[in-house]
Amino acid sequence: MTVALIDYGAGNVPSVERALQKLGVTPRRVTRPDELACASAIVLPGVGHYAAIIRALDAQNLRRPLIESLSRGTPFLGICLGLQALYAASEEAPSLSGLGVLTGAVKSLPPTVKLPHMGWNRLRILSPSPVLEGISDADYFYFAHTFAAATTAETSVAACDYGEPFTAVLQRANVFATQFHPEKSGAAGARLLQNFLRLAA
Amino acid sequence: MSLARRIIPCLDTDGARVVKGVNFVGLRDAGDPAELAARYNAEGADELIVLDIAASRDRRPTFLETIRRVATELAIPLTAGGGIRSLEDARSVVRAGADKVAVNTAAVERPELISELSAEFGAQAVVLAIDAKLAKSAAAPHWDVRVRGGRDSAKLSAPLWAQRGVELGAGEILLTSMDRDGTQAGFDVSLTSAISRTVSVPVIASGGAKTPEHFAQVFSEGAADAALAASIFHDGVQSIRSLKQFLAAQGIEVRFPC
Repeated sequence: MTVALIDYGAGNVPSVERALQKLGVTPRRVTRPDELACASAIVLPGVGHYAAIIRALDAQNLRRPLIESLSRGTPFLGICLGLQALYAASEEAPSLSGLGVLTGAVKSLPPTVKLPHMGWNRLRILSPSPVLEGISDADYFYFAHTFAAATTAETSVAACDYGEPFTAVLQRANVFATQFHPEKSGAAGARLLQNFLRLAA
Repeated sequence: MSLARRIIPCLDTDGARVVKGVNFVGLRDAGDPAELAARYNAEGADELIVLDIAASRDRRPTFLETIRRVATELAIPLTAGGGIRSLEDARSVVRAGADKVAVNTAAVERPELISELSAEFGAQAVVLAIDAKLAKSAAAPHWDVRVRGGRDSAKLSAPLWAQRGVELGAGEILLTSMDRDGTQAGFDVSLTSAISRTVSVPVIASGGAKTPEHFAQVFSEGAADAALAASIFHDGVQSIRSLKQFLAAQGIEVRFPC
């Protein structure tokens, strides 16, 4: 099993790497398009500004091969910005085009709550998903974001409520993503990563 | 709303070892940072903050190694601060494994540093640390911002500086009461409340914690989003788990590790 960890300089690449290593998998840090083709699973971490992830994926020519891998059925896990990048656009950088794997735009959470949404919050599980096995509405996960994707019946498997409901975990076929940081979410986060790795094996 | 209030142990280090003192003076050894980090991670700490209180240039590589050792032990977020004066300083601690960077004196001296960090790492990774002290001698009492480890006045009002910091791109405020720090007399609830109700970002209350009641009070009356303490955790006076059990019984939402 080769887990490709897309390395475009995002701050949480080392943390995700450490979290996977603790589960017995040493991912391969990927920076070039040709390295994606042979991956048995792909993890796209991210933290910070939407423009950073989109510009970096384009600068490293990773956009097209990544979309191709997803349509070939390679299990994919996007984390935080790695979830947001899947959409067509984001309010955070309106002039940029996202990967467009999912339709719609990522929007700011409402100013009625303190932003960023930072800290440990619970999920509202909407439908079963292999990555949510052993995880319940009682588990807490670590969030650190201001922008989020609205929930949809087709893709959202877990929501979180902060100011308004938003997509906390999504799945469409082989494509999974979390708005929270499983690599920073203690034992519950490790369980989700373990669930994902099982899909890749 | 189910966003939990956070309990954050703080490791004040001289670069290599955890140290402790009262009102920033009289330091003594309190243990190995990586060992304490592993313990707090297991006990249910929600985050960890590591500060280099010496913050001297020649000790920098030692502090970066400390961050690396601490980060390896954690499955929770890590904030690093102390002596971060430039974007390059911040990059080095992030590369070493910190998720967030805390800035204090350097941000007062050059506020654009906050914007630079926010542009590079995102607001969620930028913590503005403010050391505040009640200035009673002035015509009107107010909370004065202190810099250089609390030695000097920045001649800024803490609520205004917090507000400005948020406008510049800080995603969180770490608010230390210099009047309470090391006293174990309880958090400064009025200071915390004043800032927390002013700014639109989360506020971490710091300084003066001893009893579980102190934490309950700063969450309820002080409107703190998180509370930080050091020596009561290091000395084993207060376990994180029993603290959280107390808070949960008071109806304050906290996270228990599974």
